[in-house]
Amino acid sequence: MKIHIPTPLRQYAGKKDTIEVQAGSVGDALFALTTIYPDLRRHLYTDEGKLRAFVNVYLNDEDIRYLLKESTPVNENDSLSIVPSIAGGSCACCCACRMNA
Amino acid sequence: MLKIDQTCYRQLRRHGEETYPHECCGVLLGRVEDDDQRLVMAVARAGNTRTDSPQNRYNIDPRELIAIQRQARERGLEIVGFYHSHPDHPARWSPTDLAEAHWLGCSYVITSIEEGQARDTNSFILRGGEEAEKHFQDEPVEVASQIAETNTPA
Repeated sequence: MKIHIPTPLRQYAGKKDTIEVQAGSVGDALFALTTIYPDLRRHLYTDEGKLRAFVNVYLNDEDIRYLLKESTPVNENDSLSIVPSIAGGSCACCCACRMNA
Repeated sequence: MLKIDQTCYRQLRRHGEETYPHECCGVLLGRVEDDDQRLVMAVARAGNTRTDSPQNRYNIDPRELIAIQRQARERGLEIVGFYHSHPDHPARWSPTDLAEAHWLGCSYVITSIEEGQARDTNSFILRGGEEAEKHFQDEPVEVASQIAETNTPA
């Protein structure tokens, strides 16, 4: 199966945007990925071994949080997308921002 | 340095005017040169899922980003950054912007929209080797008349 690597993590994955692994579950696929590219591990997982909250993992078009998480079964035709969150916004309180400006 | 096609520059600013008084958001597509210069050749609008507080918050649905990324790949482009607007607020990153930024090495472009009119557009690149070290660095913006896309897949 394929794992799509987001731009900021490609430098830790041999500069590749897609990695092929063999796995039976999402967890196995991510384990295979971080075994091949160990530097990826700290970017994907906390020190406690949990996926970081801002790291979204999609199996095809489904968020694994709404499937069986890392136990979700996969087959060779599936693809995983690792998508760090994109969010932000101006402050309601402007003190720090006006100082920054 | 962020080098952005003139049409893309206008598009992202116009997006902020259209969504005012709410924040707009979108994706910057292009490529990164060997000298760390980011070239923006296309922009993709995204929906703001923060319907609870759209006047000062934005969030892009990862599913939408996956679709944008797929389309970009077919065009030989990659994600080089993101843009959003600050309605009646400076075009500077906020503590919230930094806390919620996770795409290290990518540009975050912010446009101030004052009373419905686009004012300043600034860019900040997210630096740091990992999440704990991340910080924004001011990034000069050059608006180019045209930046040609390549047909070579990324």
